Amino acid sequence: MLLLNDKTGSDTTGFLLSAYKYFNVDYPKFYKMDNLCKLGFLSVELLLEGRRIAEEYSPETVGIVLSNANSSLDADLNYFQTVKNIPSPAQFVYTLPNIVIGEISIRHHCKGENAFFVNDRFDAGFMQFYVQDLFGRKRINACISGWVECLGEEYKAAVYLVENRPGKEALPFNIDHIHQIYEIANGEING
Amino acid sequence: MADLKQQIIAQLNLKDLKPEDIGDDQPLFVEGLGLDSIDALELIVLLQQEYKIKLANAEEGQDVFRSVRTMAQYIREHQPKTV
Repeated sequence: MLLLNDKTGSDTTGFLLSAYKYFNVDYPKFYKMDNLCKLGFLSVELLLEGRRIAEEYSPETVGIVLSNANSSLDADLNYFQTVKNIPSPAQFVYTLPNIVIGEISIRHHCKGENAFFVNDRFDAGFMQFYVQDLFGRKRINACISGWVECLGEEYKAAVYLVENRPGKEALPFNIDHIHQIYEIANGEING
Repeated sequence: MADLKQQIIAQLNLKDLKPEDIGDDQPLFVEGLGLDSIDALELIVLLQQEYKIKLANAEEGQDVFRSVRTMAQYIREHQPKTV
């Protein structure tokens, strides 16, 4: 489980750049990403720290299922600003929410099932159902999942790794535990 | 060419690089700076924004964007004359 919820008052871009440098990540393409991708990328970078998920599992069985409320609106608005002058190709490529899944997949060599869902609010029941179904149909053996949201100066990431192998500190994959992870990130429970 | 290198760094968000890190004849794509197709589009935007130059056709890009030197030469040859 990873929690990333800055309350220091720094702006989103500044916070993400600080986090990138603080965690000593070496990935020059990070600079080109939009903020949603940066947030998802960093969250999963920390979630998988010390793990080689695509070596522990066959890459084709490592899935990614994410969700948020505002899709890629943050990048859409930035791109819209450039349309008034010369449209920016580099900003246009981030005007879909599932691009963050692509960036994570490239970084961690994940080639399994993936989906990005847009809901008004985090729906733990749906996320549990969807990911469990992928496991049930033996489409995946591991799955990066959670909530990655960014719009302007509001951002939040709550991501977790679901695996079909027992782990020492692993929690059972059920709605209550997904709720708990999200609510800790939301500040509703003191974690 | 130092100005052009600075513009390329800014346009492409290559924040780890300094102008002196880019050789005048270093290939910009694949084995050189490792730029990709989206970067190529951004370089076209850079020519339009900074130098008011539109590439006549996309195939020109391969030669124009071979290196900073070829870009600079193209700019010199195609920049609109000011009175």
